[in-house]
Amino acid sequence: MQDPKTGVKSQPQRLVITTIPHAITGEDILSWLADRFQIDTQEARNFGSMLVALGYIYPLQDHKRLVIKPDASLYRFQTPYFWPTQQWPVEDTDYAIYLAKRNIRKKGILELHEQEQYNRLHKWMNHKWDFIVMQAKEQYRAAKERKKPDRVVFDCQERAYWVVHRPPPGTVSAMDYGLDRRIDPNADEVCPTLSLVKYCATYNGHDPFLSKCLPSNPWITDDITYWNLNMPNVEIPTKMRVERWTFSFGELLSDPRGRDDFRLFLKKEFSGENLAFWEGCEDLKWGTAATMREKAEQIYKSFLARGAPRWINIDGKTMEITVNGLKHPHRYVLDAAQTHIYMLMKKDSFGRYLKSPVFKDTLKKAVCPEEHKYSDAQLEQNAKNRRPSLSPIVLRQQEKEHRAKMAANAPVDITQVMSKLSKTGKEVDFPSANASPSLPFLAHSPACPSPISVALDSTSASERRAEAGEGGAAGIPEARAPAAGSVSRSCMPLSLRRLLKRGCTPSTMFASLSPKYHSAAGTSSRIQPISPDQPSQAPPRRIGNFFQIKVDIPPECRIYPIESEDEDEEENRAASRGGVGAKEIICPWESLTPQNGTG
Amino acid sequence: MACQGLQKGETLASLKTESDGLKKKLEVERGKLNDVELHQVAEKTEVLGALSIKTRRVLKGHGAKVLCMDWCKDKRRLVSSSQVRTSTDLWTREHGVSLPCTWVMACAYAPSGCAVACGGLDNKCSVIPLSLDKDENLAAKKKSVAMHTNYVSGCTFTNSDMQMLTSSGDGTCALWDVESGQLLQSFHGHTADVLSLDLAPSETGNTFVSGGCDRKANVWDMRSGQNIQSFESHESDINCVKYYPSGDAFASASDDATCRFYDLRADREVAVYQKDSIVFGASTVDFSLSGRLLFAGYNDYTINAWDVLKGNRVSILFGHENRVSRVKLSPDGTAICSASWDNTLRIWA
Repeated sequence: MQDPKTGVKSQPQRLVITTIPHAITGEDILSWLADRFQIDTQEARNFGSMLVALGYIYPLQDHKRLVIKPDASLYRFQTPYFWPTQQWPVEDTDYAIYLAKRNIRKKGILELHEQEQYNRLHKWMNHKWDFIVMQAKEQYRAAKERKKPDRVVFDCQERAYWVVHRPPPGTVSAMDYGLDRRIDPNADEVCPTLSLVKYCATYNGHDPFLSKCLPSNPWITDDITYWNLNMPNVEIPTKMRVERWTFSFGELLSDPRGRDDFRLFLKKEFSGENLAFWEGCEDLKWGTAATMREKAEQIYKSFLARGAPRWINIDGKTMEITVNGLKHPHRYVLDAAQTHIYMLMKKDSFGRYLKSPVFKDTLKKAVCPEEHKYSDAQLEQNAKNRRPSLSPIVLRQQEKEHRAKMAANAPVDITQVMSKLSKTGKEVDFPSANASPSLPFLAHSPACPSPISVALDSTSASERRAEAGEGGAAGIPEARAPAAGSVSRSCMPLSLRRLLKRGCTPSTMFASLSPKYHSAAGTSSRIQPISPDQPSQAPPRRIGNFFQIKVDIPPECRIYPIESEDEDEEENRAASRGGVGAKEIICPWESLTPQNGTG
Repeated sequence: MACQGLQKGETLASLKTESDGLKKKLEVERGKLNDVELHQVAEKTEVLGALSIKTRRVLKGHGAKVLCMDWCKDKRRLVSSSQVRTSTDLWTREHGVSLPCTWVMACAYAPSGCAVACGGLDNKCSVIPLSLDKDENLAAKKKSVAMHTNYVSGCTFTNSDMQMLTSSGDGTCALWDVESGQLLQSFHGHTADVLSLDLAPSETGNTFVSGGCDRKANVWDMRSGQNIQSFESHESDINCVKYYPSGDAFASASDDATCRFYDLRADREVAVYQKDSIVFGASTVDFSLSGRLLFAGYNDYTINAWDVLKGNRVSILFGHENRVSRVKLSPDGTAICSASWDNTLRIWA
């Protein structure tokens, strides 16, 4: 269609002083379509409208109505960059940046619905607002450097893109595709049945019926070494077991030893809250109905609320759905958030785990036992020595005692509490069937301790608690972590105290990209832990966002023109700080007092 | 639409032919989408060597037909139920605990290993906490959880001790909260007795499959109670359904002497396991750990081991003296346990 010779006739459009090239009229488009496809005008009109509705062609005048008009109204082809087929994830962050940018350019230019969206995003993305405003400014600045016609064209294109993806209320959006499918039929280009064959091939070596069981199959030789080596929480796993963890993320999580290893890795990466949240959700899903409501509340307070101690990073839309659902909690209310976090771990952390020193270390230490070779006489002897195994009831009692001991010794910290949450959820004391399983943390910590108040002591015990209360992204030493060895002290507490002495409020602690404080993060959209002396990990994961200008500013030489900042940024920052104070975290269904105004 | 009376010119017979015609069309369409059979895809896979699977243990102690069994997660204990009572047997000769439940057609071990569930012709499924004290009167602690209007044919715990799924002769399946006995979700859709169910193994699994006397195998979403997929290719009652270890497929055993394999993503049957010499119904199936082997118990007292990918039978296990009622793989895949109407259980490895 865009072919200069055989395509739609195009002409330059005049706009005050500048000219926009390649504008086409509605009637030309329609006549071209009718000609090309040999269809009548009505059909051409419908087809043309679909092209406009999906954003392949955009109107220059009356840009809010995405229809094609069979007259001299002007349209342009959208740049392929913005085509829906590119399948860029249309994130709220980008939309926020776009709105902020327009606001900067000219105040009061936002439409009513855009203003509402802006305020809503401001509320939800409060923690990122500095970043968003910064991006908006950068883009605005970069745009100023372009030539005017290019700029106008780009602005039109961008505006058109957002009209398609964030339609004004009352309009039909062509992007609406209904419910998400459970199974994506297009996901596997290869015949899905092939995946079954692959599965068999992958697990062939692990199938005791098809391959040798090392050292020997206990049912055949009556030697239980195999079972002893593969106990659920053994210190040193076997090589086969470790290999199985690499097959899929699900395998890693479902093996308790694998999950422990992964937890250790996450702790080092300061994203342990993801796994803890996932475990909490599992516990909610499979737990007893009686305690469900409390559990949901606890999870909200610990992971989802604004300013929560172990805040997890989920996108605005999922957060909105989840919080709305929590007003009437049911066991599947956290499903959306849980899936999001699960996929995050699967697609991101899992890959890194497999390359990490934690995993490599475990693999190196893993044992590979030699095959048993018993003579017939020995086999008979083995058979005579059969002993019954330890009853699961006994094992459970032992585990309980062990945990009680650990709980008595260590100060209360959140991870332990959370892991208990996931454990107690699984077992029920039947003899005391009327009492719902006691949730120890409820006794110890009625509300999540304010991170600031615990950090101001200087005793070692509270230093640990300070680490515990540090913030959503920070790692927390596990009081009981037999596999992990001694508690590793990172440099976190030092920097935290340094920050606290400078008197930062909780909100700015989390808005880690605020320029006034040291911040290790570049422009990643994930909140990075606050520790400049932390060894540089892999660069923070950048979600492919074409809108955002990637700015790699090392923390030390961050030249952020604080003095020259515009009025609105001050306003924005003040507004974001004003809302999230050191207030107690209130669950949405508990209080009716409005938290933040509408910005 | 379905509730309207007959229109002019329509008769019941004509509607039936129309519905059959539509079903055939559906099959044709399904076939067009993925016209590859499993054994074709698996052509390049190596052929399995001969398996030497033998009986390693014979567990005696039941005084009547053993109808069902389940493994404990500790890989060494199991619970089995019979016409007269349920007992937990250990793998040594020590006697297990005998629990008083009559007419037990279904039993399951709780994931923690500290309780068992059993149900049957009493229309209920009860949970019994286990204890170390052998003399303790466990009958007193029995707690009714599920209440159906007909016999309970299958039961299983979900990921925790606190929820249970049951299938029943009244044509429904149900999800229960163990603590309170509350019905959390019910699943309607079968038009006859539901004989078997199995929970999806995946970690994000929220689905299960059920098979019934209406020859259908249905896949359900536990959250919404909706029937998301349905397969009807057996020619007779489906006695048992079991998920493939990856969760993307499942197998079924039926009175029509065949076992069939269904791929959930391709949404169709991809293999049939049958042989002219097998004329007795299959009552139970289970996969080996890799999913390569399918063990099926038949009413001719044998267990056949099939190569899932190639479709041929790899081995026959003889030993039982009456029908095989249940076959189950141990949690770590090291052995298969079979329960039979000859009052015994056998462990094969």
